[in-house]
Amino acid sequence: MSDDPETISPRPSRRSFLVTTGTTAAATVVGAMLPAHANRSNEQSGSSSAVLEEPKVEGAVQIVLRINGRDRNLRIDPRTSLLDCVRESVVLTGTKKGCDHGQCGACTVHVNGRRVTSCLSLAVMHEGDEITTIEGLGTPEALHPMQAAFLACDGYQCGYCTSGQIMSAVALLKEPCGPDDAAVKELMSGNICRCGAYANIVAAIQQVRKGS
Amino acid sequence: MHTFEFVRADNVASATNTASQARTAQQGADIRFVAGGTTLIDLMKLEVETPARLIDINRLPLDKVEDLPGGGLKIGATVRNSDLAHHEKVLQNYPVLSQAILSGASAQLRNMATTAGNLLQRTRCMYFRDTAMPCNKRVPGSGCPAITGSNRMLAILGTSDHCIATNPSDMCVAMAALEATIHIQGTKGARSVPIAGFHLLPGATPHRETILEPGDLITHVTLPPPPSGSKQTYLKLRDRASYEFALASAAIVITIANGKITFARVAMGGVGTKPWRSHEAESVLLHQTTDDATFRKAAEAALRGAKPQSENKFKIELAKRCVAHALKTAANA
Repeated sequence: MSDDPETISPRPSRRSFLVTTGTTAAATVVGAMLPAHANRSNEQSGSSSAVLEEPKVEGAVQIVLRINGRDRNLRIDPRTSLLDCVRESVVLTGTKKGCDHGQCGACTVHVNGRRVTSCLSLAVMHEGDEITTIEGLGTPEALHPMQAAFLACDGYQCGYCTSGQIMSAVALLKEPCGPDDAAVKELMSGNICRCGAYANIVAAIQQVRKGS
Repeated sequence: MHTFEFVRADNVASATNTASQARTAQQGADIRFVAGGTTLIDLMKLEVETPARLIDINRLPLDKVEDLPGGGLKIGATVRNSDLAHHEKVLQNYPVLSQAILSGASAQLRNMATTAGNLLQRTRCMYFRDTAMPCNKRVPGSGCPAITGSNRMLAILGTSDHCIATNPSDMCVAMAALEATIHIQGTKGARSVPIAGFHLLPGATPHRETILEPGDLITHVTLPPPPSGSKQTYLKLRDRASYEFALASAAIVITIANGKITFARVAMGGVGTKPWRSHEAESVLLHQTTDDATFRKAAEAALRGAKPQSENKFKIELAKRCVAHALKTAANA
């Protein structure tokens, strides 16, 4: 492995580089995760990932998860959280892992249209559910109004919490919520932003709610 | 996280039969029901809970809120906290329950957490959650470092020399004030127990938190009809304005006629080792006028048996003010 990915030709994308090296390491170490290589999507990078021998994990189960309107056949360890499944098995890495204990909201996705913290849910519990991640919300060409509002209002700095914030904000639109900023803040309290972009996040949500 | 076998229950009978093979339904259970997962998955990641088998009860028909003949409400075990809090009948007849639920956790967690799961919510005591530390609740007989350690958040009522862990639930506090009944299906049949008798004091066996036995499945909770014209409120005091556990909270259900209190139910959260109903405060309130002096007297009575630890003496006065303020708020509602 070269220390300088710039020298590799053809130059890999940052994502495909990380995925390839990361899964090679995972295949050697074999942790709790069982990446379902055959099902890896390439929705983000468009490049193909390396074909690796599937690690054997005792007790792995075959499930079908419907994510962003598409059925995914997956073989996973029952311990796999919905978060790890989405990120590692399906390789939809827009959903972020923050605390992994339901305290920060970075991993927020929608299950049947409702926001949940995907780190505190097991993937095996979601067969038959309609799961939506940030990748299923909009595309760079056709942003969801909330994504556009976050851009317009500068609702982030580092961006790590942003997909969770946006997923929460979109779900909030359908929940009982008073008109004022205080009501929005209360309903967004499950999404922590350590950069402190809260004021702009609230502004983005209010912009969408007011339809402006 | 330890490995486990995952099974999905198709009906209540199969769920209870499978669970009846467990050694215990308390801490250390080798078979666990899972619904929302917000407590259990968290504790499995920490290896505080290490079940060998998980029974998914999400497909059981226990997700309905139904009217009871005579005006009460039947709440299924897997009704999500958010659905319960926003239910029309709850908002109308049991606002204290709606307020309590909405004061707890985050919108995401309330969308996942269930009625029965909230009844079984585990303490946030840091020693319980850290397997590197002794804890009588997690490992019976290993000791309680909280008593001489970090105990600012911990209980001042119902404690023992073995455990001072706080019950963290808000929902249970409202249910205690509303005198809810817990309905349980076991392998030998169904039974019901008032919420006051459901949770156990730690005593010398803090690992036993409820009356549940192997195979017992909470199927639903019932609420009696609220007293006619009752005024209700839930007040929660905490370190942050949102998304934080209570330092002290109070659930109040009272009725007032001709300026006198004719019915009073007072329960507290954040201060007890179980959801804390105060019959003492209720006795003080009954037949009295709704003034600040009465409310303060009731609050004094509610905290009379309080035993503070090294870091949480402040909770006594905080809880008194919480109860008094909540009573005033309810009376003026």
